[in-house]
Amino acid sequence: MTKQRAIVVGGGLAGLAATMKIAEQGMSVLLVSFLPVKRSHSVCAQGGINGAVNIKGEGDSPEIHFYDTVKGGDFLGHQPLCKDMCYHAPFIIYLLDRMGVPFNRTPEGNLDFRRFGGTLHHRTAFSGATTGQQLLYALDEQVRRYEVEGLVEKIEWHEYLGAVQDDDGKCVGAVIQNLRTGDIRAERGDAVILATGGPGVVYGRSTNSVVCTGTATTSAYLQGAKFGNGEFIQIHPTAVPGRDKLRLMSESARGEGGRVWVPRKANDQRDPKEIPAEERLYFLEEKYPRFGNLVPRDVGAREIYDICVNQGLGVHGDMKVYLDLTHHSREFLDRRLGGILEIYEKFTGVDPREEPMEIFPAVHYSMGGIWTDYTRTADGFIDHQSPRNQMTSIEGLYAAGEADYQYHGANRLGANSLLSCIYTGLMMGPGVVNYIKNQKESATDLPSSLFDKAQQQWQEKFTGIKQMKGKENPYKLHAELSETMMSNVLIVRDNARLAATVEKIEEYDERWKDVECVDTSDWTNPVPSFVNQLYNMIQLSKVIAKGALLRDEFRGAHYKPEFEIKQPSDFKPESFLEYTKLKAEGGLKQDSFKPDHLEYMRLYGESNEKWLKSSIATFNGKGPDISYEAVDTSLIQPRPRKYD
Amino acid sequence: MSNKTITFKILRQDGPNQPSYWETFVIPYLPNSNVISCLMDIQKNPINSEGKKVRPVVWECNCLEEVCGTCTMVINGKTRQSCSALIDKLMQPITLQPLSKFPVVRDLAVDRSRMFEALKRVKAWVPMDGYHDLGPGDKILPDHQGVAYKLSECMTCGCCVEACPQYSRDNNFLGAAAISQARLFNMHPTGKLIANERLDSLMDDGGIAACGNAQNCVEVCPKSIPLTESIAEMGRQSSKRFWKTLFQI
Repeated sequence: MTKQRAIVVGGGLAGLAATMKIAEQGMSVLLVSFLPVKRSHSVCAQGGINGAVNIKGEGDSPEIHFYDTVKGGDFLGHQPLCKDMCYHAPFIIYLLDRMGVPFNRTPEGNLDFRRFGGTLHHRTAFSGATTGQQLLYALDEQVRRYEVEGLVEKIEWHEYLGAVQDDDGKCVGAVIQNLRTGDIRAERGDAVILATGGPGVVYGRSTNSVVCTGTATTSAYLQGAKFGNGEFIQIHPTAVPGRDKLRLMSESARGEGGRVWVPRKANDQRDPKEIPAEERLYFLEEKYPRFGNLVPRDVGAREIYDICVNQGLGVHGDMKVYLDLTHHSREFLDRRLGGILEIYEKFTGVDPREEPMEIFPAVHYSMGGIWTDYTRTADGFIDHQSPRNQMTSIEGLYAAGEADYQYHGANRLGANSLLSCIYTGLMMGPGVVNYIKNQKESATDLPSSLFDKAQQQWQEKFTGIKQMKGKENPYKLHAELSETMMSNVLIVRDNARLAATVEKIEEYDERWKDVECVDTSDWTNPVPSFVNQLYNMIQLSKVIAKGALLRDEFRGAHYKPEFEIKQPSDFKPESFLEYTKLKAEGGLKQDSFKPDHLEYMRLYGESNEKWLKSSIATFNGKGPDISYEAVDTSLIQPRPRKYD
Repeated sequence: MSNKTITFKILRQDGPNQPSYWETFVIPYLPNSNVISCLMDIQKNPINSEGKKVRPVVWECNCLEEVCGTCTMVINGKTRQSCSALIDKLMQPITLQPLSKFPVVRDLAVDRSRMFEALKRVKAWVPMDGYHDLGPGDKILPDHQGVAYKLSECMTCGCCVEACPQYSRDNNFLGAAAISQARLFNMHPTGKLIANERLDSLMDDGGIAACGNAQNCVEVCPKSIPLTESIAEMGRQSSKRFWKTLFQI
């Protein structure tokens, strides 16, 4: 058989991890990236990567990490995958350590760990406050080594447009566009991996980088791949407002003791340092004595929203709260958080070592993504040799990292994203190689008509885009779309507004046809690409908004007050386990629990029955059809979350 | 500043080997702007100061928080990232030029492939047996980590080589960034196993000897990486290797 190869699209952590792992097994890889891979969005990850190494002797273990992850995701995560990921996490951290990542150290020279949201353990390995950058560089260096050895061919400044499918629908290559010459060509590949990150740019300003338009994953959806849990968009509680971007202020600031507060008096105009302790409301610490400032992100974002919008206590009456690190020494802060504090200072002109930071919530991460498969073992782990792992519903097309959907459920825990990106890339490697080797025919030997056709279709599409002479500036239309998403599909969701948003997006879809391609030149012209990206962002917005409209419950990042089931304050989540057991045995009596607890558990159980499912969007030629699929919850029984 | 508008003078170029030309844009002032948010505003309304509709300006950017290194350009004569160039701190008119040490792709976008090729030349990686479970790496003391971390913050942005009088489009000097990366990997417990290979490439044509010690690199580095220290250290390591090889010890 002629030489076979995998195509990896995306040069962030997931793409590089997959590339490395596949190349390690002697298989060639064509790595396609929009930018030089070293500039991928993974550099923006700040705080760290989770792994239960238990360096502090706190009794931490992968099993507790697994539990925290699943609970953090409000039980919507696929448990065998979450379990396998958490059990591999310590090894991944050691691997990165061997690769030369300059992780912070304890005085004895061991890896140091800090705290992060949604857990009570020190579980996050970190490299200053630019951990993502450091991990990306280490992987980039390994891939460069394979490049020099000839196993990896890297092509940068190319954008993935779509999959090449054979007559049976199997993916046998990718259509890519050279962003300099504008040339469109089909590349043959026996498997194609989309590691193209999240879609934050759909919301305009977010903590995401400019390239995070979700175009590649949306393209897969438009070609028939299932898209899972689109409505679950993580809002990070702490970001710094900006005109071009909402810059992340890492959760590690709170992991290192940062305290969130507002003045108790509305619209207090005093300098924050002049406000005495008793006149400050440390609302997270007050409401959640156990987790305090380190509640999971969905909880944190909701509480900040509540303080600012419902209680009107935002700093200077705005949607802002203080994040305060000024009780630490400068030396401590520089050593452990230097990178992010410099960013804050550079962009706001205020020194966060001296003044409390002003922060607010911002769109940060998509828990949803392309539907992917896996093969579990009897004991609840993953069979790493299976070609099904991370495969989308299009055979031969894979997804990894933020582009997939099964790990973080309804809400991702901080420092689990770097983990899931690297884990998926490494874990899928052997299965992808097996899949390729099992093919009867190499993609190289397939008739060229298949590739010519795909290439031609995309060429025609772009010729069409370049001829668009309508009235709409694509960048302005994008600003309107993102404004709509930002105002209506964010922290607090409401059916009337969601229904209006779904209609509004249809209008944008119509208006897209009237776009003007404001630059029609041939050389390094980003406009036609953007017009295509905008089309995909409109299609993806429909998935997010419609998924949100149809899901009538409150789960993780998807908060609909109308469907919130109020938890009695003295309720213990373990009661629910007893309740289900009694119910199954037929021994449940009216006096088994306090009446309000009983009623709460009944409603919670019913709601779970209906909604503890992945929402699956499939493209019907115009928009998404939404259906629901069961989630494997066989390892940890779902129960109500509680963090106070 | 009470200006109601912001004036940009941008050095544009339609493609490689095309003539460059200045174009002026005047856009409404908005608070908290930086160079990139202004370029985005121009994109939404690409009209120059003469009222003529033109093609939007092409530039490169990604993270917008000064960690990816993409958006480097020459702003008011100084090489820096455009995301962290706040309008309120810039004199007007604000001039934007592409980096001069690299081939222009279009307008403000340049091709910095040479910097990544330099990383290949100095073998800026740790050799590894495989990506399976081989346990933890060596213990490393916090001070050592502190030095490594600083060097590892290099984002290949190009500021150091833009400011370097020795780095030019017609020579093959590696530049400060790559030399500093060689230092980083030569100090790593397993990275140093191929230290000599790195030193050999530094002692080759376009290597460390090409540095003229102008010290501009360290002045402009946005991450305050001690580049001159790295060059001095690699100079020491190279000389040591040179004498060792000479006397075959």
